[in-house]
Amino acid sequence: MTGANAPLLEVRHLRVEFPTRRGTLVAVDDVSFDLAPGEVLGVVGESGAGKSLTGAAIIGLLEPPGRIAAGEIRLEGERIDNLPYEKMRRIRGAKIGAIFQDPLTSLNPLYGIGRQLIETIQTHLPLSAQAARARAIELLKEVGIPGAETRIDHYPHQFSGGMRQRVVIALALCANPRLIVADEPTTALDVSIQAQIIALLKKLCREHRTAVMLVTHDMGVIAETADRVAVMYAGRLAEIGPVRDVVKNAAHPYTRGLMGSIPSIGERGHRLTQIEGSMPRLTEIPKGCAFNPRCPDRGDRCTRERPELMPAPTTQAACWQYDPAGVGTKARETVDA
Amino acid sequence: MPEAVPVTRPVPQAASGPLVRLNSLKRYFDVSPPWLARVLEGKPRAIVQAVDGVDIEIARGETFSLVGESGCGKSTVARLVVGLYPATQGGIEFDGMDMSVRRGSADNSAIRRRMQMIFQDPYASLNPRWRVFDIIAEPIRAFGLAASKDEIKQRVDGLLRQVRLTPADGAKFPHEFSGGQRQRISIARALASRPEFLVCDEPTSALDVSVQAQILNLMMELQRDYGLTYLFISHNLAVVYHISTRVGVMYLGRLVEVAATDTLFRRPRHPYTRMLLDTIPDLEMTGRRRMPVAGEVPSPINPPTGCAFHPRCPFANDRCKKERPELLAAEGTRVACHAVEEGRLPAEERSYAGH
Amino acid sequence: MAFVDLMRRAADSDIWYSFKSSHVVVVATVVTLFIFAMAFLAPILAPHTPFDPATLSLSDALKPPVLTGEDGADWAFPLGTDEQGRDVLSSIMYGTRLSLVVGILATIFSMVLGIALGLISGYVGGGVDAFIMRLADVQLTFPALLVALLIDGVVRGLISVQRHDEIALYVIIGAIGLSFWVQYARTVRGSVLVEKSKEYVQAARVIGLSPVLIMIRHVLPNVMGPVLVIATINIGLAVLTEATLSFLGVGLPSTQPSLGTLIRLGQEVLLSGTWWIVIFPGVTLAILVVAVNLMGDWLRDALNPKLR
Repeated sequence: MTGANAPLLEVRHLRVEFPTRRGTLVAVDDVSFDLAPGEVLGVVGESGAGKSLTGAAIIGLLEPPGRIAAGEIRLEGERIDNLPYEKMRRIRGAKIGAIFQDPLTSLNPLYGIGRQLIETIQTHLPLSAQAARARAIELLKEVGIPGAETRIDHYPHQFSGGMRQRVVIALALCANPRLIVADEPTTALDVSIQAQIIALLKKLCREHRTAVMLVTHDMGVIAETADRVAVMYAGRLAEIGPVRDVVKNAAHPYTRGLMGSIPSIGERGHRLTQIEGSMPRLTEIPKGCAFNPRCPDRGDRCTRERPELMPAPTTQAACWQYDPAGVGTKARETVDA
Repeated sequence: MPEAVPVTRPVPQAASGPLVRLNSLKRYFDVSPPWLARVLEGKPRAIVQAVDGVDIEIARGETFSLVGESGCGKSTVARLVVGLYPATQGGIEFDGMDMSVRRGSADNSAIRRRMQMIFQDPYASLNPRWRVFDIIAEPIRAFGLAASKDEIKQRVDGLLRQVRLTPADGAKFPHEFSGGQRQRISIARALASRPEFLVCDEPTSALDVSVQAQILNLMMELQRDYGLTYLFISHNLAVVYHISTRVGVMYLGRLVEVAATDTLFRRPRHPYTRMLLDTIPDLEMTGRRRMPVAGEVPSPINPPTGCAFHPRCPFANDRCKKERPELLAAEGTRVACHAVEEGRLPAEERSYAGH
Repeated sequence: MAFVDLMRRAADSDIWYSFKSSHVVVVATVVTLFIFAMAFLAPILAPHTPFDPATLSLSDALKPPVLTGEDGADWAFPLGTDEQGRDVLSSIMYGTRLSLVVGILATIFSMVLGIALGLISGYVGGGVDAFIMRLADVQLTFPALLVALLIDGVVRGLISVQRHDEIALYVIIGAIGLSFWVQYARTVRGSVLVEKSKEYVQAARVIGLSPVLIMIRHVLPNVMGPVLVIATINIGLAVLTEATLSFLGVGLPSTQPSLGTLIRLGQEVLLSGTWWIVIFPGVTLAILVVAVNLMGDWLRDALNPKLR
């Protein structure tokens, strides 16, 4: 399990359920992927696609009544999905760091950022108070906070949004984690700050060989940051593959629609590609392929059988038109066109 | 069968002059601490100059967009235009009429009918306790635009169809719809009074991209069919590029550059505009890096002296720190920058993938 | 058709589900409905008309309750009689009716007053807001009972005892109502401040609706949830306040006795061993208030999405 190319994170058949009185909602359904050390995996999808819940399941922070109903999550070969809370808490700081959308909710407004950093460092590393403080200052410098020596004693509200997100990143880096789960880390920030934060994440990832699972709805962020991309739709993986292929040569009709719907600079005034309708609610996921009612290439089989991820020309896509047995949908040609 | 009701006359009657004109519009907000705190703790009064002198003319049938980062005052301009805030100084003219006429007068009501607003958050912009039918019918009733219940019903059904919903949806409540569908309902409500001018405050920024495409397409169709004029507020440059005729870039309450869309994106003049364009994600994977620009938008309570952008500007000199640049005409655009005016900063051609 | 639709929506709603799955609140509701029915149907259901002197006979005085099995117990007077031969059960039914009338009307009065002041305060803001809220602060420094005593005292000073007995009902409703408005006003003001900034209110302003219409059509329906919770709990509190005032002798006169009056009258003879005259009204009052409060607590939790 510990070969040089062994994946850092393995997710197998992950299923997250929310029991409600009207029945069980399956928010994440049969999701499997790997993440190699130092790799950035972008997870994209529209709101409600289950991307954030996948991230939350990996860091063990699913909000009850949500729960992992099936599947396995392994970090460096060891299962982490069924650990008791205390054990998971230690792993969460030491091996997995978390960055959330709103930096304000990740920082306690009542304590100076230094105290929060030092506490986190000391929880996971055997360092004296002084050594921990020194490391905290070093971390703040690393994430690009000017005047780290004095800023360390400031409170979260004394920082601007972009600076706060840098502090949160420093907090996630405290124990030198192997994996960072970043859920919409740039969504609350202005465009100019977004670029700064993305550049920072990439730099850290490269220097520390930290793997990053980047959950976002912003294709621009993914295109610039990720090595591979997983596209989620209605709780399932629709497509996964190298970022370039997913963005430019998507195999799954949903991914193609999604990419086409992003306005780009260069062409103007024409109709944007649009996917008709909207993503189904979790209570009304259609039979067969979840995307079939909106799919332009829908065939009979799509309404009956659910496709698994299959090798497509450039990526892996959950679409019957790539069925190796050849019993694909009506229009195989439209793919290559 | 009720026909889809035309929203407005496709050809405006008085085609001369701009439809909307903002004359050195200013809006200050008093964000001082409470009186007691000022007296006891000696805290000073604090004034935010949210909009500090904005001149814009919007022609009939065009889409004028305002872009900028949060806190630049673009949403305040939108709210000033539709009369949600009174202006601190300056004025707004609509079709040659001064908007500052007394609230509640007949003229005012007539102008209000002709301009409507679409809001950002589709979850907050519809009253959760009203049925969709009543939400859309409200402007019709408020302006007395229909003589009978049947006529209201006919109008609302027509509006629902226009935004690609069905008349049966009128009986439902907002929570039964997705974000994109709610935004369609908002658009139907905005169209209900047959306006000529729509102010759209980040209408797609709360939506997913595929839904955003639906809404942008719908807005462009409506504009084409009914000759609508849009004031479009957004921070998303790609969206702005896609939909606008002209674009104004705002920074800390002031316009820094106004130009036709193609000109602005291909020959940006102001350093801030260039910086904003650098932040557009490179979806075409040309290997272009986003240029992270140092610094953040300063507090609008204590804006920098001189040109507000000078602390972040690589071309700033002493004059920029002291003297505030005016918005001056420069090769068909208007730019507020000393460096451009002095010729220190030559125009720069940009090309984009896909061309 | 519309009604069937409404019932179907109600039966499918989260509130109904939450109601069904809470046994405590189901019991509390049944008990409350039972007490309400007994009280408001008193003229039909009560075996006697205890406050019509013509029907009273001193020979029926001080009969013990049937269940004690003591001498003189009489099925005509299941809970016994008082020293004037009045049937305790009938007195309780009529008394509860009066207590509930006072509680409900006082609650409505304070609710209307509080909502109006809260709406004005929240929407107008500025000096008006500051004035109303400081008034509320001052009001809160006095216990509700003290405010009610004060108002009752002032009224007594102004009019004769004879007149006072006639209008005692209205005085006490007004007194209790005036002492309970603060909570509504504060809650409504807070909600108005939140709703006012929402975009649907701005949309209504864009089409030029007047502030009063916006308040009534848009804001008020969206702030009624918490108000109804407070109202439910306050019915219990108002009944209790009325009982306290009546017990202290400043409430309803003994010619129109409420539960509180009954307890006051009963405790005067308690030491002579006739416990039933005071215990039964007391227990009724306690059960009523507890049941109503349980409903209020449940409603508060059911309407609070954070606790779901």
